[in-house]
Amino acid sequence: MINLRINGELKSVDAPADMPLLWVLRDVLGLTGTKFGCGIAQCGACTVHVDGSAVRSCVLPIGSIGDRPITTIEAVGMTPGGARVQKAWLDLEVVQCGYCQSGQIMSATALLRATPHPNDADIDAAMAGNICRCGTYVRIREAIKRAAQPV
Amino acid sequence: MIDPAARQAIPDLDHAVTRRAFLGAGLGVSGALLVGFYVPTSGASSGGSAVFAPNAFIRIDRHGKIVLIMPQVEMGQGIYTAVAMILAEELDAAFDQVTLEAAPPNDKLYANPTFGIQVTGNSNSIRAFWMPLRKAAAGARAMLVQAASQIWKVDPGSIRTDSSTAIHDASGRHLGYAALVDRADGLTPPKDPMLKDPKDFKLVGKPLKRLDTPEKVNGKVVYGIDVMPPGVKFATIAACPVFGGKVGHVDDSKAKTLPGVQQVVQFDDFVAVVGDHMWAAKQGIAALDITWNEGNNAAISSADVWKKIRIASEREGAVANNVGDTAKGLSEGELHEAIYELPFLAHATMEPMNCTAHVTPTSCEVWVGIQVLSRAQAVAAKVTGLPPDKVTVHNHLIGGGFGRRLETDFVEKAVLIAKQVDGPVKVVWTREEDIQHDIYRPVYLDRLSASMANGRITAWKHRITGSSIIARWLPPAFQKGIDIDAIDSAADMPYDIANLRVEYVRDEPFAVPTGFWRGVGPNNNVFAIESFIDELARKVNKDPVAFRRDLLDKTPRLRAALELAADKAGWGRPLPPRTGRGVAVQAAFGSFIATVAQAQVDEHGEVRVQRVISAVDTGIVVNPDTVIAQLQGGLTFGLTAALYGNIDIERGRVRQSNFHDYRMLRINEMPQIEVHLIKSGEVPGGIGETGTTAAPPALGNALFAATGIRLRRLPVDRAVLSGRKPA
Repeated sequence: MINLRINGELKSVDAPADMPLLWVLRDVLGLTGTKFGCGIAQCGACTVHVDGSAVRSCVLPIGSIGDRPITTIEAVGMTPGGARVQKAWLDLEVVQCGYCQSGQIMSATALLRATPHPNDADIDAAMAGNICRCGTYVRIREAIKRAAQPV
Repeated sequence: MIDPAARQAIPDLDHAVTRRAFLGAGLGVSGALLVGFYVPTSGASSGGSAVFAPNAFIRIDRHGKIVLIMPQVEMGQGIYTAVAMILAEELDAAFDQVTLEAAPPNDKLYANPTFGIQVTGNSNSIRAFWMPLRKAAAGARAMLVQAASQIWKVDPGSIRTDSSTAIHDASGRHLGYAALVDRADGLTPPKDPMLKDPKDFKLVGKPLKRLDTPEKVNGKVVYGIDVMPPGVKFATIAACPVFGGKVGHVDDSKAKTLPGVQQVVQFDDFVAVVGDHMWAAKQGIAALDITWNEGNNAAISSADVWKKIRIASEREGAVANNVGDTAKGLSEGELHEAIYELPFLAHATMEPMNCTAHVTPTSCEVWVGIQVLSRAQAVAAKVTGLPPDKVTVHNHLIGGGFGRRLETDFVEKAVLIAKQVDGPVKVVWTREEDIQHDIYRPVYLDRLSASMANGRITAWKHRITGSSIIARWLPPAFQKGIDIDAIDSAADMPYDIANLRVEYVRDEPFAVPTGFWRGVGPNNNVFAIESFIDELARKVNKDPVAFRRDLLDKTPRLRAALELAADKAGWGRPLPPRTGRGVAVQAAFGSFIATVAQAQVDEHGEVRVQRVISAVDTGIVVNPDTVIAQLQGGLTFGLTAALYGNIDIERGRVRQSNFHDYRMLRINEMPQIEVHLIKSGEVPGGIGETGTTAAPPALGNALFAATGIRLRRLPVDRAVLSGRKPA
């Protein structure tokens, strides 16, 4: 059994230590908000926070996490930063199919935590790992800037 | 455009979604999504039912709950919101109180009027459903008004409606729709209900918030890939890497020892591993030792595909349009010829192919996001041998369609697997399977010839060669050797040329399966035509915008879009070295769009797209913010194809496998995008595909302006642009 701290709760999972966090979240714990996109950390759909930083859960073995707290899209809205990002996403109507947006929002929230007022280069650096096939990038950029403004 | 030809070719295409059809089909309706679905049994009964359901799209209950049923599937294009806006507009329903419900599989009730089956594609949802939905909602509203007039004993003409309420101003009385349900249910729907004058629209034309997005930002939305029926198992597949190949021998001894692996199931051309979770299934697949019978295609490569299509393109094709005397016209004046080539492309929807199925001896339940709902039901019925009414299909929001989910191969595979598994099984393809077993945008080869006299085009010949998707996907519509999709926006190209001939040659690329891909036929044709027009303009030293404008006298909407785009782009203003602007226009999907791209090319041939400006006349706009979003996204999709999109065949299999070698445009590569909507009272056009069609030729023409190098093949070849390799 491996213990994980997910969204403020302690979860004991019966899964191999080399199993990526993505599949534990989705298939074992039923937290399906985190998405499978590529399995090789190329698309960012599976992005979650570990200790507040954005990580690709599809290549993160659960045995390597220890007691560091994990936050997923299901709980990120409980943080003021996450809620602000989600609101900006809706205010600017960023979303199309929406499949990549869990990962986009997790990456954007982590960016704003580390860099409260990002410039375009900061946004490029933090968000280039997240593919959006619908092409919502222009609005993602605007929404990050909106979320960065003082409320 | 596809519509007229398809209409001629497909019997019963004008099938209207009427109350009659709704009643007649009532007994055939099935499915869990229909829990609580009210099916009226008689048009004459009065009262007694708790629900007023005047047609297949609207249901109002005694509590005033208004349910709008969505005939088209939501895959990000905003159709749920647009359909709801149209229905609520003519129904005068309070928009913030409507509830949406996905239509069940049922061609009789929910067929796309253009295609005769339930299909969401070809950017035609609004075009096809605009009038049927308006009439359905206006008819419902008229019945509610009539009900109120009976209660109040006043002339229906003295009653107005607003916000789900009937109002009689003269007496100050009003009744909510809830109170009218019982009486309205007994009434006969009017044959030809009065529609609103567009100047009275309250919802249509407003940038309303989308109804599907709140659950997409908090992880709550359930795509097909997210369903978790109790006891669900997880499976993934390995299909024969060579197209047309079969499974030979499978040694699963190692896979079966892995923790979490439950079952290995083998089929004609693929193998599946079922496990406790996707990780076990993936590990299991990797541990299989499979011998494939690779079959006849094991030696083919992209070079063979190109050789074959080049040879095919030399023969005369079926004639799609013929005006004047093109042969004579081409024999006079100055002849110019060019060949354009587009590669295979994968769809790469962000939600990989998946389908969940539960098969029992007497039933089949399917959970899937798909653009062809009734076909999903039909294929599950075929695989299980069950009658369609024993097959329930749960329709989910789609994490990217782009034409990939116009197919049912992933449903078929899931149901085949589910037949061998006890309980429900979720079959998820890895990204590698998704890219290597797509149904690809065909390779196309376009031969264009034109003759010029006094700076004008006197004759134009366009021969399109490519596989026929229509012949496979909608066989009755493939007539006289013409694929109506492959010639779309070529046979009806917008320029005014006296002698015009457009031909189509069908050439199938060995066993590589081909299908619709965002932008469909016009992608190819607009790229070829707009690149060639640009070449002709350069040939006679004319400005590309002015040259096009002079040929658009008969298409004033497109000419106006061209002028607006050029103006907004600052066309003609000086630019830094190795930076250029390119223009492209298109009259496709019922929309008139001009696009200017501006790009810079460095000494290595690397391209930086700086700005893209589109001017769009798409007729009456239902939700302007959605139209802008579709252009922004479509242009990005098209730029991705132009800059990176390429699927190669090697030894009968696809070389690319994931996003590292099948690249997508990323946020750091994005240009500024500006979309300018042109106000119009014309019927609504389609929009989802248009940006994808627009971007590649505009970019190609910009790259020529920047470098003087003409790219006649996509994707953009950096070696050519840098001068290291000849064009």
